[in-house]
Amino acid sequence: MCLGVPGRIVSIRRNEDGLPTGTVSFGGIRKEVCLAYVPDATAGEYVIVHVGFAISKVDEEEARAVFRLLDELGQLSELDETATDTT
Amino acid sequence: MKFLDEYREEKEVRRLLAAVERRVTRPWTIMEICGGQTHTLIKAGIDRMLPDELTVVHGPGCPVCVTPLEMIDRAIALAAREEVIFTSFGDMLRVPGSDADLLGVKARGGDVRFVYSPLDAVELARANPDRQVVFFAVGFETTAPANAMAVWRASQRGVDNFSILCAHVLVPPAMDAILASPDNRVRGFLAAGHVCTVMGYSDYEPLAERHRVPIVVTGFEPLDLLQGVFMVVTALEEGRFGVENQYTRSVTREGNLRAREIVEHVFEVCDRPWRGIGTIPDSGYRLRPELASFDAEKRFDIGCVAAHESTECIAGEILQGRQRPNDCLQFGVGCTPEHPLGAPMVSSEGACAAYFQSGRLE
Repeated sequence: MCLGVPGRIVSIRRNEDGLPTGTVSFGGIRKEVCLAYVPDATAGEYVIVHVGFAISKVDEEEARAVFRLLDELGQLSELDETATDTT
Repeated sequence: MKFLDEYREEKEVRRLLAAVERRVTRPWTIMEICGGQTHTLIKAGIDRMLPDELTVVHGPGCPVCVTPLEMIDRAIALAAREEVIFTSFGDMLRVPGSDADLLGVKARGGDVRFVYSPLDAVELARANPDRQVVFFAVGFETTAPANAMAVWRASQRGVDNFSILCAHVLVPPAMDAILASPDNRVRGFLAAGHVCTVMGYSDYEPLAERHRVPIVVTGFEPLDLLQGVFMVVTALEEGRFGVENQYTRSVTREGNLRAREIVEHVFEVCDRPWRGIGTIPDSGYRLRPELASFDAEKRFDIGCVAAHESTECIAGEILQGRQRPNDCLQFGVGCTPEHPLGAPMVSSEGACAAYFQSGRLE
């Protein structure tokens, strides 16, 4: 039910109700999505879409956070191994 | 796909698993409370890859599963009415009521339709002015902005033949109920990333404080879940509690303010019964009094529904993380996705369906 899928905004317009609406591409599959909750989103940006509504913009900088953690952990474990090797 | 595939890399999953293993020194039980996370954990086999000290249990993270039987019986009664076009997300259609499911009503001539977005149901009402369109508004906080927008648009545009059958539930009160239970084993939580995308996570801070547990807002892909587990375990091992955010690419502390504003405009907090758990105070949404004319329970005289639960289904125990789906005697025998006894076997987010689809029969 809370499934949210990241997709790229291809284009933005207003529907007849005046709601901002976008065409969003999910790996090539395109759907119409209500953008009322991400008013500053622009074409080319990624949004998380749930039941036809974008509920957030994907923060591209933060999207790398887990890989930064992995790098840090990798460096730490290398340090550990070096420490173990020299003792 | 971008922002999905990179969080499924096996090599990185193994590195993070190794990091979790290095952190753990004692047994801990962690609960996730989101059907999407349940499915990733089971499908990818992450729960089995984790060190033996760690037990991950599944909480009531599936809105379809916690919707009371009485509500499903009401939906079925509404769907059978001649003037009604009954609309719902696909998940709800095969959930068994006391005597039937919505698909059964459709087979007998009821006008039951599956919609992708609640706005589609409003459109359907506009296109069929001489029919009554009812939308089954089921969901957690994630879905509330979409359902609120549907009601709001209908009210603004005078779509008077649209209404909702509202069964909205809220996650933090359920976590509070689980943590307050005398036999609680849960020492840390993964909080659902999309619920927090909408609502933020400040509501979780007093909860973490009061019960002295770490709560980590977590995403849905294997690397997200493992990082969430890593953060919870690190906090537990270091004796820390409080709220942390793993899913920073989507979640901020205050959430989506514009979405919250419309939700607040349309809904107010109320007590809600949770199937298999019981009534939890302040754990749901109902329409505000000024929008009560869009409430299907007020618009139609549904009469009395006498719900009777299956005596063989242990969904309540499963939804509280006390038993696993494959502990149930009926699992895979008298209860399968084709012939479900309870909602967790039907919903794509239900724990029983996740175990069944991944072949966890033993």
